[in-house]
Amino acid sequence: MSKIRMLWKKIPEQLRHLLVPLVIIAAGYLLVRWILVPADFGYLGHYRASSITANLQKPIRYAGAEACEGCHNEVGATLKQGYHRGVACEACHAPASAHSEDPENIKPTVTRTRTLCLLCHEYLSTRPTGFPQVVADSHNPSRPCVSCHRSHDPKPPQPLKKCEACHAKIQGLLALSNHAELNCTSCHTTPARHYTRPREYPPQRLQSRQVCLDCHDKTASRVQEISRVDGATHGEKYLCWQCHYPHLPEAR
Amino acid sequence: MKKEDKRHMIVGRRDFCKLILGGLGLLLLPTVTSFASRKRGYERWYGTKYNPKEHRYGMGINVDRCIGCGRCVDACKKENDVPDEPFFFRTWVERYNIGEKEEVIVDSPNGGEDGFKNNTQEQRILRSFFVPKLCNQCDNPPCVQTCPVGATYKTDDGVILIDEKYCIGCRYCIHACPYGMRFINPRTRTADKCTFCYHRILKGLSPACVEVCPTEARVFGDLSMVASPLRRFLRMNKIMVLKPQLNTEPKVYYAALDMEVR
Amino acid sequence: MDHSTANLWPLLKEVTGYIFPNEIELHWGLLVVIYPYLTGLVAGAFILASLVKVFNVREVQPTYRLSLLTALAFLIVAPLPLVAHLSRPERALEIFLTPSVTSAMAMFGFVYVWYLMAVLLLEIWFDHRHELILRAEKEKGLKRVFLRVLSLYSKDIRPAALAFDKKAVYVITVIGVPSALILHGYVGFIFGSVKANPWWSSVLMPIVFLFSATVSGIALMLFLYMVITLFRRRKLDMACLDKLANFLFYMMLIDFTLEGLDFIQRVYQAEESIKIIGQMISQRIFVSLIVIQVLLGMLLPLIAIAAVKIFRFPAELRRLIYFVSAILVQVGIFATRWNVVIGGQLFSKSFRGLTTYKIGIGGMEGLLVSLAFLVLPFIILYALVKILPPWGEDATHRRATAAN
Repeated sequence: MSKIRMLWKKIPEQLRHLLVPLVIIAAGYLLVRWILVPADFGYLGHYRASSITANLQKPIRYAGAEACEGCHNEVGATLKQGYHRGVACEACHAPASAHSEDPENIKPTVTRTRTLCLLCHEYLSTRPTGFPQVVADSHNPSRPCVSCHRSHDPKPPQPLKKCEACHAKIQGLLALSNHAELNCTSCHTTPARHYTRPREYPPQRLQSRQVCLDCHDKTASRVQEISRVDGATHGEKYLCWQCHYPHLPEAR
Repeated sequence: MKKEDKRHMIVGRRDFCKLILGGLGLLLLPTVTSFASRKRGYERWYGTKYNPKEHRYGMGINVDRCIGCGRCVDACKKENDVPDEPFFFRTWVERYNIGEKEEVIVDSPNGGEDGFKNNTQEQRILRSFFVPKLCNQCDNPPCVQTCPVGATYKTDDGVILIDEKYCIGCRYCIHACPYGMRFINPRTRTADKCTFCYHRILKGLSPACVEVCPTEARVFGDLSMVASPLRRFLRMNKIMVLKPQLNTEPKVYYAALDMEVR
Repeated sequence: MDHSTANLWPLLKEVTGYIFPNEIELHWGLLVVIYPYLTGLVAGAFILASLVKVFNVREVQPTYRLSLLTALAFLIVAPLPLVAHLSRPERALEIFLTPSVTSAMAMFGFVYVWYLMAVLLLEIWFDHRHELILRAEKEKGLKRVFLRVLSLYSKDIRPAALAFDKKAVYVITVIGVPSALILHGYVGFIFGSVKANPWWSSVLMPIVFLFSATVSGIALMLFLYMVITLFRRRKLDMACLDKLANFLFYMMLIDFTLEGLDFIQRVYQAEESIKIIGQMISQRIFVSLIVIQVLLGMLLPLIAIAAVKIFRFPAELRRLIYFVSAILVQVGIFATRWNVVIGGQLFSKSFRGLTTYKIGIGGMEGLLVSLAFLVLPFIILYALVKILPPWGEDATHRRATAAN
């Protein structure tokens, strides 16, 4: 004990007096830390573990298509056959988990005006090629879509005659070009099932230069205004569409 | 210095050092004890026998399939109580228009929530596409690294979550995210971001954005599963991530991503 | 920013190009500009003080104690804008209770506490201890108690103890110089380590911050010394002023070189972000960068002090030049902080667009609160100068050594 006292006395007086606030601050820090840091901090990582529980307990608003099909299995079956097989119920019918909890008293909604359908089907040139789109202003402008198309099985009211129902962008570019008079089928052989399963039965592109050269070769007997090339030498080994964009050959 | 002063000094210095080391030890004690007492008792926090270590969540985005309808943006806001103003988004859709002279115009009106208006001059456009964006749930997240208090963290199943009761609102994480995915929620006044709908996926549901996507442009899945739509997505497509040079190791994988997308 | 969203709507119109939707709100505003400005002054003032004790530059001795008190006054105020800008200030203590060791911001809290307590307060205490004891003996009542508390009830004024004090001050200053460098270099690191932001992310950021801090600190001391001496109606020590201006000149030269190097490197490498950064500089921060930071804040004072060094100006002209240069440097360094903090948020991480920053007048993030934070250190300094007068040192020491 006296040795410690001797050591203690050897420390300069200033340092001895400095120790007091230092110890108070250190002890104070530890005390505050012990009181304030939540007990579950650090269990799973450098965070409050109960935050995981809080995140898991957030309310669910969308029940999910599977939940809807549990009761509405006929609608589910209809959907699966048609073009809207990939569209979730709640994409059109708004979040419906409240309805699945209390089906009698809380009903889901649906917008029957054109605005909802046009979110997907309004013509936008950015949409991927082949996605069915309409130019709303010219496609039965005053009528709601549901008056001709049933939402759960949206077949077109008349069978599709032209390609532009889905390929409006291409049709639009074609209409501006010198190739406006050409039919799609002049260059694209299209299997019949392309209309119902487009990605699985795609159309073909031309596999030879002959169709193009029928008009564009220097020996072709068409109107003078059609641009001519020497089919034997022009473009090396490539097919014509590997350089030129046939739907708008002038611009692209 | 006189000899006696020097002796006086030496003793003082040694004991001073002892004191400092002892003090530092005391300060570090809580950190040490918290390490020791860390229990990997998931059930207490997850409420079920779910073991997050057996799962690793990710998402695939197929740019070729996105039609820019914005249903995902709308669903996310409704599912997660995100304020409806055009300043706060957990996910959004961008439209890229690359012109014939390779000039690029990008827009995202209200995040794409109400869809897009048509392009004028479409014959001048070389290529055009939609890109959905969301939190990349990075495996090397800069936001978690910079959070000063431990209010944002990576769960053991790979999802980055935010503790809104603990966040102090310093906004460092918002600056640290290279993708602009984080924002300050005006109601909680804390950081907020996409959580992969953690509250849904652990119940076997899919995230709200995936649920309502009409074209399967978004594919959600468990990367630890050998057979799943996400797995096929990763198998059949050439995959890109956003800003790979920053080494954040994102878990949102893009197929058909264009070079102009940042 | 304010948590009502009303102020965000007008910003939508000011956006040029494309920004990510969440980026419309600028997160670190005027308050976060003030914070590195204040800590920079702390580091700079301390380094000036260290010149006296460690490098024995006798000419600037008159500013020694004032520098320490200035550093303390600014250090006390420095964390206040930080706490004010948090959107959850009531949770601010968490940064000390559960700091994340990977977070530069959290670790800075401890660097700050270390610097405040282990360096600044200790050094001031050791330097003033003797005087406090002597003054306490002369006073009575509450003032006596106050002075006794300040001296921590220490009583030992034997020569050995006083020698220990001097040694302690020396040791603390030696530790303090790297500590001051780390203090403000760390602030630079807080920005420089953010890889997501190419305007901030730079290896040079801590170094540039640190040198511009030293520049601003020396300029502040130059300004304060002139102003306070004028207030006290004393004669200005021209040798001290000339020396200060000399240090200021060389520090500015280094700082300018470093910033120039950073700029040249950026332009030469021409990485992806160079286009949008170029647009940001020319369309958003042209005035604050080119005009205020470079021309007025750096080049003009450099040329002015260089002129003083080359030509033999009379004392009145030198004083005028030093005074104006000190003010220009302050404005320039504030603009530097502005350009780093605000500039880094004005361009989008998409590298395709620019947003804008509007300062409000009222509110927590407004101009008035910021001005208050800029004025507060001077008020605190005034109080500190009254409690721990920087001028008594020579007189008391003479008396003390004479008594022995």
